[in-house]
Amino acid sequence: MINWLSLAEAPVPEGGLFDFDATLPLMAIQVVILTFILNKLFFQPVGKVVEEREGFVTTSHKDAKERMAQVQRLEEDLKARLQEARQEAQAVITAAEDEVATLHKAALAEAKASAMKLREEARADIEAQRSAADAALTDESRRLADLIIQRLVAV
Amino acid sequence: MLLQTLLPLAEALPASDAEPMVEETHGLEIGQHFYWHLGQLDLHGQIFLSSWILIGALLTIVVVGTRRMGRKPGGLQNLLEFLWDYIRNLSRDQIGEAAYRDWMPFIGTLFLFIFFCNWGGALVPWRLVRLPSGELGAPTGDINTTVALALLVSLAYFYAGLSRKGLRYFEYYVEPTPIMLPFKIVEDFTKPLSLSFRLFGNIMADELTVSVLVLLLPLFVPLPMMFLGLFTSAIQALIFATLAAYYIGEAVHEEHA
Repeated sequence: MINWLSLAEAPVPEGGLFDFDATLPLMAIQVVILTFILNKLFFQPVGKVVEEREGFVTTSHKDAKERMAQVQRLEEDLKARLQEARQEAQAVITAAEDEVATLHKAALAEAKASAMKLREEARADIEAQRSAADAALTDESRRLADLIIQRLVAV
Repeated sequence: MLLQTLLPLAEALPASDAEPMVEETHGLEIGQHFYWHLGQLDLHGQIFLSSWILIGALLTIVVVGTRRMGRKPGGLQNLLEFLWDYIRNLSRDQIGEAAYRDWMPFIGTLFLFIFFCNWGGALVPWRLVRLPSGELGAPTGDINTTVALALLVSLAYFYAGLSRKGLRYFEYYVEPTPIMLPFKIVEDFTKPLSLSFRLFGNIMADELTVSVLVLLLPLFVPLPMMFLGLFTSAIQALIFATLAAYYIGEAVHEEHA
């Protein structure tokens, strides 16, 4: 028994706090063996489970993110389409309104034109009748004048 | 020297009680060992006995906890996964992303073994078992165990550095300047020395304090010291494992990584 540092023991013949012996290498071997056993029984299986779960969580998270992105894309698509449809409807309405307006204008113009024509015709008619009447009146008055003259002459 | 002054006092006190109920005053058994003889070799039997019991407890927890593991952890699996995660973070922080996987089982075994030894030494009522000589206690309260662990750490970091960097490992001794060479060489000796003596001193001193207090005032008074002992025990396990990981990390560290 070699006591390398026999500081704390004087009364006991052997032993002591700093009593190095074969306990040291055997304890070291024991710990190395324990390392291998724990690696097989603890670190590898638990590590596998934990890393599998971490992988699962990561892929699920990625999956969910992708789906979220897809949903957002679809939503934007939908919004764009809605916008488009709205614009189309607006265009249709405007076109219809324009058409109505032009039709209205055309009809109005036509009606005005026909009315004008009628008035024009009536005026021409009136004019013709008046001139005819004028002529007849002139003729009549001339005949009457002639008659008067003849009578007077005859008297 | 303090011990020698304490010993007679401790032995004298319960005797002066003169209570015949106490069948045998146990006294403080410092530096007494329960020797086993293996051929020419002497072994500290009490260290092996208690370490086998504690390793058995550790392995039982591990085996029971890993029997039915699922994606959704429950019961012991939770505890084991927590420990695993804790050890992984510890070794990853100290060793680095590149090499921590190789050394995680070693660091984890050091942590778990020391933690179980420390807490087992404090929590298991070893006194119920009488040995012919010496007494059962924390295996880490014996200098042989702590030196064995510290030397394993030394071997581990040398092996880690040499296997990862080859002879370039010795560049570490002259970095950043060759002036560091003697200090780095001295460090190779002080590292295992400080590792082993820190652990041994803390555990042994804690056991000693508690047993002295128990001898002097058996009821309630030693309790705060026992709680403090549990605290330091856990801290010592953490310190040992962290330093071991740090030394290995230092050895495998690449300057340009």
